[in-house]
Amino acid sequence: MKILAFAEQRDGQFKKAAFEVMKAAATLAAETQGQALGLVAGDRVKSMSSSLGGYGAVKVLAAEDSRLKFPSNAYAEVIAQVAKKEKADVVFFSATSMGKDLAPRVAVKLNAGLAADCTALRVEGGDLVATRPVFAGKALTEVTVTSAVKVFTLRPNVFLTGESSGAAAPVEDAGVSLSDDHFGGSVREVTQASGKLDVAEADIIVSGGRGLKGPENFAMIEELASVLGAAVGASRAVVDAGWRPHDEQVGQTGKTVSPSLYIAVGISGAIQHLAGMSSSKYIVAINKDKDAPIFQVADYGIAGDAFEVVPALTKEVKKLLGK
Amino acid sequence: MKLVACVNHVPDTETKVKVGSDNKSIDRTGVNFVINPYDEFAVEECLRWKEKFGGEVIAVTLGGDTHKETLRKSLAMGVDKAVLLKDDSPRDSYSVARALADYLKEIAPDAVFFGKQSIDSDDGAVGGMVAEMLGFPSVSVVVKLEVRDGTAVAEREIEGGHEKVEIKLPAVFTAQKGLNEPRYPSLKGIMAAKSKPIEEKPATPVSNKLDVRVMKKPAGKSAGKIIGADATAVPELVKLLHEEAKVI
Repeated sequence: MKILAFAEQRDGQFKKAAFEVMKAAATLAAETQGQALGLVAGDRVKSMSSSLGGYGAVKVLAAEDSRLKFPSNAYAEVIAQVAKKEKADVVFFSATSMGKDLAPRVAVKLNAGLAADCTALRVEGGDLVATRPVFAGKALTEVTVTSAVKVFTLRPNVFLTGESSGAAAPVEDAGVSLSDDHFGGSVREVTQASGKLDVAEADIIVSGGRGLKGPENFAMIEELASVLGAAVGASRAVVDAGWRPHDEQVGQTGKTVSPSLYIAVGISGAIQHLAGMSSSKYIVAINKDKDAPIFQVADYGIAGDAFEVVPALTKEVKKLLGK
Repeated sequence: MKLVACVNHVPDTETKVKVGSDNKSIDRTGVNFVINPYDEFAVEECLRWKEKFGGEVIAVTLGGDTHKETLRKSLAMGVDKAVLLKDDSPRDSYSVARALADYLKEIAPDAVFFGKQSIDSDDGAVGGMVAEMLGFPSVSVVVKLEVRDGTAVAEREIEGGHEKVEIKLPAVFTAQKGLNEPRYPSLKGIMAAKSKPIEEKPATPVSNKLDVRVMKKPAGKSAGKIIGADATAVPELVKLLHEEAKVI
């Protein structure tokens, strides 16, 4: 199979998820005696592109255009044009906010089916079978895309990259042509990134719930998160109560996450919350109520008072990390 | 303005999913279906635009007769017209989008709203696909929206921040929680919704491009160990995380 991996960058830096899709493409190419190509688009991206070779790209197509900033029709146009030109069988995106925005448009342009937010891939009888969680992970489906060209988005943080081999891939100009029409009426864009680590991308998440009794008590959650280099998450109850912003909400009507470590503090574990986080590799629950459902999915639990346990945990982690 | 909210009818978030006898979809027995939570933001946004600019709000869904319940809810919230694109068969996001786009082309809307994803299939793809099929610009995962003189300024959620985009109407938007606070239907609205007609149309037949081979329950996590009942258990916990789990 010829697989084209769209490697996402912002401001000249690849996202970790870009290496994940590149590596997944390379793994699949190796299994099918195929080829993995990288695609990078944006303003001044050529010089960074060769580093995708370290994750298995045999060639990288670079589409440089200073107008390519916001994920728009133009971005989708670039990807579709390159996929057609290179006769790619499969196009990979990361299921980030950008990938999720672009993949549906690219799928339509390529008359392709889309399997979104996949968590595993395997080749079986020549078919690419993808696992995708549905109902926020309450069930899993195994799907195949039946169209000639197939589009997949891969969930961040699930496909491992390993270390870069250090190889540099040859970089070619993508040779696409864009007209102003492709920018789809988008005439201005302002990025307001707060620099906050997002739960969907974080390797460790410390989440708080109702058991914290009030918004002011999230200070200790934030402190523990900062010591661990973790993102702060929240249950629906505390988001609905206005204690925390909704971009921190984990669960079926929030974000589905798969970090290495998920620490749930004062969260009882409503079914819609468990759906969103039970695919975490390790789960720690800290809750007063030893019968809370969260302990059913936790690897390690402390059935005690969060107000004593969390500060002690912060101190102990600091000691361990020498901070 | 002609405003359209595309809505879906889905199992509520309390649902304990059981796999059905076909091993490809869920067992619907005893499951409570509701309007997709994100679609409520889409309906509400249409109603607010209508209050400001005048016009008409249409709610459209694709599915079987049971989907009428979600259309009734939309009518009760205040939409003017409800349309059911009738098709009971399972569809992937592409074939749903195609049928919606075919209907939307006929009615030429100024703005089309979706929820950012359906909480059943979790695809989050239909809005973007419809935009592409209609040749409209789109903004996904919108948390703030202002419109003036045929131009919309939309703020969308991205990892660790927000992004502001200005686009020209007609356009497609997919709504994220936080965009607005959906209204509760009034008693009057609920009564009126009962007598409002629901227009039924056949959905364009399209074959799926995604084949579901099997649906199964994830290998459930088994409960681990409760290490202690107070802060004295913390050193043990940190040791386990460091040495056994190797995550810190």
